[in-house]
Amino acid sequence: MSSTDLTKPDLAKGGDLLTARGLHKSFGSHEVLAGIDLTVRRGEVVALIGPSGSGKTTVLRSLNLLETPDAGTVTLGEVSVDFAASVPRREALGLRDGSAMVFQHYNLFPHLTVLENVIEGPVRVQKRPRAEAIAEARVLLERVGLADKALVHPFKLSGGQQQRVGIVRALALRPRLLLFDEPTSALDPELVGEVLTVIKELAEEGWTMLIVTHELGFAREVADQVVFMDGGVVVEQGPPAVVLGEPREERTRQFVSRLLKPY
Amino acid sequence: MDLDWDLVQRAFWPILKWGLIGTIPLALICFALGLVIALAVALMRISGNPILAGLARGYVSVIRGTPLLVQLFVIFYGLPEIGLLWDPWPCAVVAFSMNVGGYAAEIIRAAILSVPRGQSEAAYMIGMSRWLAMRRIILPQAARVSVPPLSNTFISLVKDTSLASLILVTELFRQAQEIAAPSREFMVIYSEAAVIYWVICLVLSTGQSFLEKRLDRYVVH
Repeated sequence: MSSTDLTKPDLAKGGDLLTARGLHKSFGSHEVLAGIDLTVRRGEVVALIGPSGSGKTTVLRSLNLLETPDAGTVTLGEVSVDFAASVPRREALGLRDGSAMVFQHYNLFPHLTVLENVIEGPVRVQKRPRAEAIAEARVLLERVGLADKALVHPFKLSGGQQQRVGIVRALALRPRLLLFDEPTSALDPELVGEVLTVIKELAEEGWTMLIVTHELGFAREVADQVVFMDGGVVVEQGPPAVVLGEPREERTRQFVSRLLKPY
Repeated sequence: MDLDWDLVQRAFWPILKWGLIGTIPLALICFALGLVIALAVALMRISGNPILAGLARGYVSVIRGTPLLVQLFVIFYGLPEIGLLWDPWPCAVVAFSMNVGGYAAEIIRAAILSVPRGQSEAAYMIGMSRWLAMRRIILPQAARVSVPPLSNTFISLVKDTSLASLILVTELFRQAQEIAAPSREFMVIYSEAAVIYWVICLVLSTGQSFLEKRLDRYVVH
């Protein structure tokens, strides 16, 4: 098996990879998540849509432990955490190892080169051999068309290029689940396409992904399942043709038509 | 009044020499130790632990709320009363280091807090612990931000070390006093000392710009 195979997703299809049950989270008196259930099967692409403030980003951040839910259970692969019980932080952090996140504002490390950004996690955290991490990083950068940018600092790149580096940084961690938090919302319109193309290719390769997005056309084309959230609960979920095409719930219908016809 | 050029020339080398072997080493050592104290105090303040944060806040408050000369005297004249009889030099090192530590702690704390939150989140996302994220991601970026204010602290320190002459440490200004007293040419000798301080600080300012340019290889946002 060559090292490049390790940059490919776990293709053992079927079965639930991620199960979240009854996720609750409040900031002060404001309840952001009021009992979220979510299932992502292996190899599946799930688009999480909803108005701003609906809690979709908090769901994503909870799965990566950037927020700690007040209650609920999350199971990712073999790791299961019940947040209602007082789990030790270290044990809860085990969840984080299974997923990697792509941020809305990229959050690349500005003092490191593109290559250093990508290998920082594999080398410093996962303690993989530096040469191996570099070789793998170069393969991944090549795949998103940034092989020639390996040695430059992020500020020299366009937003679209930075976000592609963000995606490669996530892939280099060899996660089982990719989390995208509005990956194109901060981009100039003409740069959205290049990022969505990369995400689409990853979907075709079989990566399991949970994507918070406002790009309904993209969700329709790429997602296996669309989950519509509003007010901290899941209002409706199902295949994109149903949720986006002929939604059963009034709230979903309003949201979808607002996005499709903004004025 | 005739300017005694001969005295100016004779005084120049001894004063400069004590600048080079007295003032500058004292300032460098105290600055280095002060930065270590400052980093520890800054990390204590943002640790989230109320006891550590309170201790750090109290330390900064005392250092900034009392005159440096008084701090120096407390250590030099006060410590012998509790049985610690130190030479002037170590007393000066302790006093100046603690003083720099208090001021630089606030600079470092502000620099750490100026690094965008997304940076620590990305560091946690790739699996880093709080400490590793601080060391690899946050502090290198904070360092860039804190170079200008820390350089100012260092230049202030170089000048403040003249206070050490009051507890009998031989350095640039003490040497100037020793030449001025018998000659009674206070104006000439002290002005000469002032010029030498000034030149030292000019050189340091140049070093500061150089360092800032070097650290400017990347731009934050």
